[in-house]
Amino acid sequence: MRFDLQIIGELVEERSRVLDLGCGRGDLLDLLQREKKVEGYGIEIDEKKAIEGISRGLSVLKGDINEETKDYADKFFDYVILSQTLQQVYQPEVLIKEMLRIGKKGIVSFPCFNHYGIKLQLLLTSKAPVTEELPYEWYNTPNIRVITLRDFRIFCAKYRIKIIRELAISSHYKKTTGKVVGFLPDWFARYGIFLVSSF
Amino acid sequence: MSEYGTHDKDGISVGIVAKKIFTFAEPPRQMSLDSGKKLGPITIAYETYGELNKERNNVVMVFHALSGNSHAAGYYREKDVKPGWWDNMVGPQKGIDTDKYFVVCSNIIGSCYGSTGPSSINPATGRAYGLDFPLITIADMVRAQKALIDHLGINKLLCLVGGSIGGMQAMEWAVSYPKMVESVIPIASTCKRSALAIGLSEAQRQAIMADPSWKDGGYYGTAIPEKGLALARMIGHISYLSEDSMHRKFGRRLHENNAFKYDFSGDFQVESYLQYQGKKFVERFDANSYLYITKASDYFDLGEQRGRGSLVEAFSRSSAKFLVVSFSSDWLYPTSQSKEMVSAMKKAGIDVSFCEIETDFGHDSFLLAHTQLTRLISGFINRMSNGGERNSQV
Repeated sequence: MRFDLQIIGELVEERSRVLDLGCGRGDLLDLLQREKKVEGYGIEIDEKKAIEGISRGLSVLKGDINEETKDYADKFFDYVILSQTLQQVYQPEVLIKEMLRIGKKGIVSFPCFNHYGIKLQLLLTSKAPVTEELPYEWYNTPNIRVITLRDFRIFCAKYRIKIIRELAISSHYKKTTGKVVGFLPDWFARYGIFLVSSF
Repeated sequence: MSEYGTHDKDGISVGIVAKKIFTFAEPPRQMSLDSGKKLGPITIAYETYGELNKERNNVVMVFHALSGNSHAAGYYREKDVKPGWWDNMVGPQKGIDTDKYFVVCSNIIGSCYGSTGPSSINPATGRAYGLDFPLITIADMVRAQKALIDHLGINKLLCLVGGSIGGMQAMEWAVSYPKMVESVIPIASTCKRSALAIGLSEAQRQAIMADPSWKDGGYYGTAIPEKGLALARMIGHISYLSEDSMHRKFGRRLHENNAFKYDFSGDFQVESYLQYQGKKFVERFDANSYLYITKASDYFDLGEQRGRGSLVEAFSRSSAKFLVVSFSSDWLYPTSQSKEMVSAMKKAGIDVSFCEIETDFGHDSFLLAHTQLTRLISGFINRMSNGGERNSQV
């Protein structure tokens, strides 16, 4: 199991109702259902992945995360998760507000641009950084946003989003083991996981 | 729906099956219909596959569409040329696994495959009903199915699965008998037909009624309205296909000689194909049944009839879990209509999954062998049979 998903799993309380935005094949929901007995829902735009999620016993809607969140009642979910997707979202403010409308809490994780390796790459090579987490060239990346931990904190303050917990992780998110960074996260974190809510 | 299923390529089948009959609503205890009229006695033709377990909780009901029947799977005789209409989905180890589930499929009332319909004998006159048969609705069909299910001693339905008009029946069940229904899979269906769909339906009915042999529905024992019914079928058949699938299958290819004949006998392959479909259909379907069933599907409006105008309220009556499936090239009951259902279900707090399957086979896609559809259905029903717990496999 991916380390970031393990961490998210630890943030979620047992028997809660969870919506995963961009749930893929449903790995996280599957883990949460087994380990935490949650009621798992997902939204996934890719047909094959959505079918895989449904066929393994999850409730999945094939569709766009910006559209499919709309019809749920206020606070229908205990947690709404946006995992490793924020960097591709067109209107982060709208989406995160919607997450916190339909969910009591939100969990947002994203690869961050503050790792010292990235800072050094830009400084020394004068090229847009390419890393394991963000392995694309500027001309073929699906990631339309460059985010740092600090950026996200500022964003939350501006849009009145309460950060309940912040975890900085130093390993690649696809690895199964990793480390939560305590020391200088703004230099050593490769991605961040935030547990948020409305004020 | 257009045609019957084909043999399983791996030869897997539920085997030899038999059509059974159940009769109820004997006068004076006739069944009341939405129209205010009464109908009885009512006979229902049905088939079952697999074994009902001791707990009686492994029942899957399958609903057929306009021209289908109770023969969803297997063969009546060894020599049958074709199996039941959904043989690719229903059988041992198939999408709806008859090794695990007890599958029930019945012929809708109004039809002509053994259940009471306009071609049945009216006990009051000793002749076929014809237009004396009362107009029926989807809810009436479901009421009759409920009598059958009661008769079979079943009070929990694990899953209801139906395409097109079959999906309407499944949804009607879910809101009419919420305590019995645990899950529902409406495929290529709708909560209310659009003006486009009703218009097409009406054109098909007019084709039948314009045939002089129709004689206000009183053609039984005389020549049947072959031309009208064949024409209705041709129009219907087109609405089950898509531009892309028709282009792929026929293009502008000519039927014979590769040259125009300069007459109206049919130059293009698509013309002769539709003519053939029409002719074949006449041999197996009753023209009056076609009128009654299309009308019933036009009347269907779940929000209006079960939720005082609100689809959300209608679905609020149900506690079932739903899996809604649509097909990208279905223009008769397009994805937008499935999404409307899903949206109302979400607002009603229902646990719903939805998938639009990318395919160019149009409305008829649900009848074709399709791995993705099979995976969806089998995965969803398995989840339900695990007590609704999402017991997922790693």
